[in-house]
Amino acid sequence: MKKVTGIPASRGISIGPVFQFVRQELVIDKEFSENPEQEFQRLETALQTAKKQLEVIYQKALGESSDADAEIFQAHIMILADPELLAEVKNKIECQKKTAESAMEEVCQAFSNMMAAMQDEYFAARATDIKDVGDRVLRILLGIAESPTKDLKEPAIIVADDLTPSDTVLLDKSLVVGFCTARGSATSHTAILARGLGIPAVAGTGAKLLKVSNQTKLILDGTKGEVLIDPSDKEIEDYKKRIASAEKIMAASLKDANNPAVTKDGKQFEIVANIGNVDGAKSAVEFGAEGVGLLRTEFLYLERAGLPTEEEQYQTYRAILDVFGEMPVILRTLDVGGDKEIPYMGLEMEGNPFLGQRALRLCLVRSDIFKPQLRAALRAGMDRNLKIMFPMVATAQEVRDARKILEECQQELKQEGKPFADDIEIGIMVEIPSAALVADQLAKEVDFFSIGTNDLSQYTMAADRTNPKVAHLSNAFYPAVLRLVREVIRAAHAEGKWVGMCGELAGEPLAAPILVGMGLDEFSMSPPMIPLIKQIIRNLDTEAMKSLAEEALMIESLDDIQKYVKSKIPLIAEITG
Amino acid sequence: MKEEKVVINNKVGLHARPASLFVQAAGKYSSDIKVSCQDPESKEMREANAKSILGVLTLGVFQGMSINIKAEGDDEEDAVQTLVDLVKDNFGEE
Repeated sequence: MKKVTGIPASRGISIGPVFQFVRQELVIDKEFSENPEQEFQRLETALQTAKKQLEVIYQKALGESSDADAEIFQAHIMILADPELLAEVKNKIECQKKTAESAMEEVCQAFSNMMAAMQDEYFAARATDIKDVGDRVLRILLGIAESPTKDLKEPAIIVADDLTPSDTVLLDKSLVVGFCTARGSATSHTAILARGLGIPAVAGTGAKLLKVSNQTKLILDGTKGEVLIDPSDKEIEDYKKRIASAEKIMAASLKDANNPAVTKDGKQFEIVANIGNVDGAKSAVEFGAEGVGLLRTEFLYLERAGLPTEEEQYQTYRAILDVFGEMPVILRTLDVGGDKEIPYMGLEMEGNPFLGQRALRLCLVRSDIFKPQLRAALRAGMDRNLKIMFPMVATAQEVRDARKILEECQQELKQEGKPFADDIEIGIMVEIPSAALVADQLAKEVDFFSIGTNDLSQYTMAADRTNPKVAHLSNAFYPAVLRLVREVIRAAHAEGKWVGMCGELAGEPLAAPILVGMGLDEFSMSPPMIPLIKQIIRNLDTEAMKSLAEEALMIESLDDIQKYVKSKIPLIAEITG
Repeated sequence: MKEEKVVINNKVGLHARPASLFVQAAGKYSSDIKVSCQDPESKEMREANAKSILGVLTLGVFQGMSINIKAEGDDEEDAVQTLVDLVKDNFGEE
């Protein structure tokens, strides 16, 4: 048996046979035809079939994906009917005696190259669209199946290099028990889709898995990011037991999702959600979120050609705040840098974007980006429970600078006579080791902290979490990271400020006892984890957890810390196996 | 022939959703419709078929640029009016 490690992309364990997702190569064997009339006819039929396929995909995408995903297919339908493109294809068939497939291929390639040459991310995406449409028509002309998954007849784990949006829309999800991609990361399209569907997924396993033959059994552990190839019967039995007991606990915790997380000794912890759009807001409430600990705002800026206006942002923020009514919503200001593809912002390529001018550092020098966002947030927060936090803070001066700009925005709004929230809590993300180390100074400048353990881990451990070779080091369970967390909480409490956490660690069952012991006030996580974390907290005693946390932080290895927690809390051992 | 100049004021220019709306609207008319604009650098005039999404996109019309819409055919008046209104209305944004 072999074990392959990748990046955890969607939680859960599944066991099933491999289905290799391989696209058939499009080979055109006949370039010329002496019968243009026949080729016109073939082209016409193929175009009609392609249009029908795309309409089906568009409708499916509307039902199960985001509107932005669905719009891709509407764009495809328009390209398919483009008069300029079709005129050139017909011209090639008529004048150069090309076959329909070779004419279509050449014209799509030419248009695609033209778009790609504009050296702009937006046009590069259109180049891909044109190629997708061309390939669709070619597959029809060459008699190749629309999707390799038409042969998928029984439940399987899909193994692929990577999947495109149209690949995933066409998949029969009732037959997919897991996703495993050679490339991709926890933020790739497939990973996001898998999390939305609640299907386990592992990304970035490398090409080895692509060589495993169809039907080979796999155990896919999306929580740990591990794949076991051809496991023994005993291993399968062990995993099946784990799945069964985890499902039982999950079902029980879902029933109590809307009740608060109160420990055995009567202390309540605030359990809130990480969300990134209006849909996420609604699902968070269903899972029992008591508010939002992290509202990511990047979605408003991606995949478009210009900055979102203040008005557009106001409408979106307001719609999200309306979902939560009196419950708190913490809006994080824009967190992007040189690694993000936002051509219209004119961000320079940086040698090391994670250590570059990103997030607040960028916003402080770009008031054209920062001010409209702050103004929109302040206006949307009127009569709602809005809090604002700044990401990527390294020094106290940055907090003062950001607050000054926020006050300017409030002054402007006052002068313009526009209603806005003038008394809101301001916080920062603690995700840079320097901020954690001077948390006592920073606590004087803000109303609250939110610890971002994903970045705090990668900066503390100096390990890029998107690099499969070192991603294992970027883990918040290392005592170095846990000790920073403890100091941040202590420093804030000494100043009478509260502390939340919005990194992955907050939604990690194994970490809950330690964080309760450290006195973390607020836990913010992806909505599906909320019921389980609440259930775990209800089984804990805060005094006992204080000594558990102190003990755990004396342990040297991350594995031993996790083993220690499991040995002390049987419920967590049952959940995590 | 009917012709009218109009300034693109919406944020993204004639790209993404606005470009789709523009082409879809043009496609409803039987007239031959052309859209043209001046290249901001070379100052040359560029022209595209208003019913072609690829043509309209490659014109590269950004916020603040003005475009010329020209239609020829039975419904030329309506066609130009509809497209100009769409642009003036900022493509329904905001």
